[in-house]
Amino acid sequence: MSFWTYFHKWGSPRWFYQFSGRLMPWLAIPAVVLLLGGFAWGLAFVPPDFKQGNSFRIIYLHVPASAVAMGAYMLMATAGAIHLIWRMKLAAMVMKSVAPVGAALTFLALLTGAVWGKPTWGTYWVWDARITSVLILFFLYLGILALQQAFENQEAAAKACAVLAIVGAVNIPIIYWSVEWWYSLHQPASIKFVGESTIHSSMLRPLIATLTGMYCFLGWMVLLNTRNEILYRERNTRWVKDVLTGAGS
Amino acid sequence: MAMHPQRKQRLQIILFILVAVAAAAALLGYALRENINLFYPPADIVAGKAPLERKIRAGGMVEQGSVQRATDSLKVRFNITDYIAVVPVEYEGILPDLFAEGEGVVVSGVLGGDGVFIASEVLAKHDENYMPPEVSAALEKAGTTSVYQQQDGKAEKYGQ
Amino acid sequence: MYFESFAALISMEGHGPYVWFSYGVGIVVLASLLVAARRRRAQLEQMLKAAARREQQQNKAAVTGER
Repeated sequence: MSFWTYFHKWGSPRWFYQFSGRLMPWLAIPAVVLLLGGFAWGLAFVPPDFKQGNSFRIIYLHVPASAVAMGAYMLMATAGAIHLIWRMKLAAMVMKSVAPVGAALTFLALLTGAVWGKPTWGTYWVWDARITSVLILFFLYLGILALQQAFENQEAAAKACAVLAIVGAVNIPIIYWSVEWWYSLHQPASIKFVGESTIHSSMLRPLIATLTGMYCFLGWMVLLNTRNEILYRERNTRWVKDVLTGAGS
Repeated sequence: MAMHPQRKQRLQIILFILVAVAAAAALLGYALRENINLFYPPADIVAGKAPLERKIRAGGMVEQGSVQRATDSLKVRFNITDYIAVVPVEYEGILPDLFAEGEGVVVSGVLGGDGVFIASEVLAKHDENYMPPEVSAALEKAGTTSVYQQQDGKAEKYGQ
Repeated sequence: MYFESFAALISMEGHGPYVWFSYGVGIVVLASLLVAARRRRAQLEQMLKAAARREQQQNKAAVTGER
């Protein structure tokens, strides 16, 4: 099968519904285990930071929420682009499904950052480049949620949201490199793609766990929301009726 | 992998929009860099690039041995440095827990004509190094403040 | 466990309120995403099943009406 055949098969809501049903446990179980386990590990078993003390434990929630909020945005923008280029309805459903999850994670990133800032920096909030660009990310998510609601026509809503999502994607590299490009209060990243991470390995391991868990959680939530959207939009088809009356799963 | 010409055109439009928006954002970020920067480094302040008698922020490392605390009040004097220039700071109030000599700070206040920065707020700026207290103690014993600083060999972000 | 007692875990040398508040809100937000998705699913199932029943009754009525 060629790439495009696969691609079109992926575009079939019915196929996606069945495939995602099989995939979901593989995301749900790691999400719950890694998040709850990683939180407990980071809260009670890891030593405190030599300077910040115990407030540093917020890292195990703050970093995964922030990183996955950005990852979710890229997923949403990519789905939007696929919808615009190939007019794939499933991509629009995925895009719509990511937005509330991304908004919630961005809210968590901002809130945990503020709460962490008080004991370490001495303030809840400062208008530095990193924090402000994450606030913009939150507004982008809210904008997409609002835009989705503003249209009666589903197709028009999807197109408008896709364009906004793509344009807003420019903010993602700005968030990532804001701490390098400008003087900010927020410190640079501790987990580095190139070179050694500047967080001790005993503290890094639970962070990798909650980070992985949060990505699984995002996938899980996006699948749940997308499946709901599929059921709603295809409610008049034979296969959806069969799924719900138990004739098939 | 052949792509339908119409889809290819739509892809091109999207890529064009992305490039245009990125270029606009880059220009905006460059034009507004003075405002996006949260603080002035000491080198810029000493060079006269920071405005006087206006509320600004300055950031740097607290110079070793420069902290002088008043005995009868919360007044404190210290120098901040980016290892290029030094700016004296005066502040009265409670300092954040992480405030210490050799640590990063961002102070907001007013730069006087005499070159002394009168701060109304002091925030601690911590670096991206996280380690358990025992590891830090072991490193100190071995004579290095941070295993990581040795590796990159750059003295924080202030010295740019 | 790093802490010597449960009380020490809760107080975290004064940082407890910050840390526990963060995680409390975190768990609530993540759980509510899951609950919202589950609720929507239950609501859809109810709606679609009701529609299927109505359709069946209409079909039956049509069949009996013909006789």
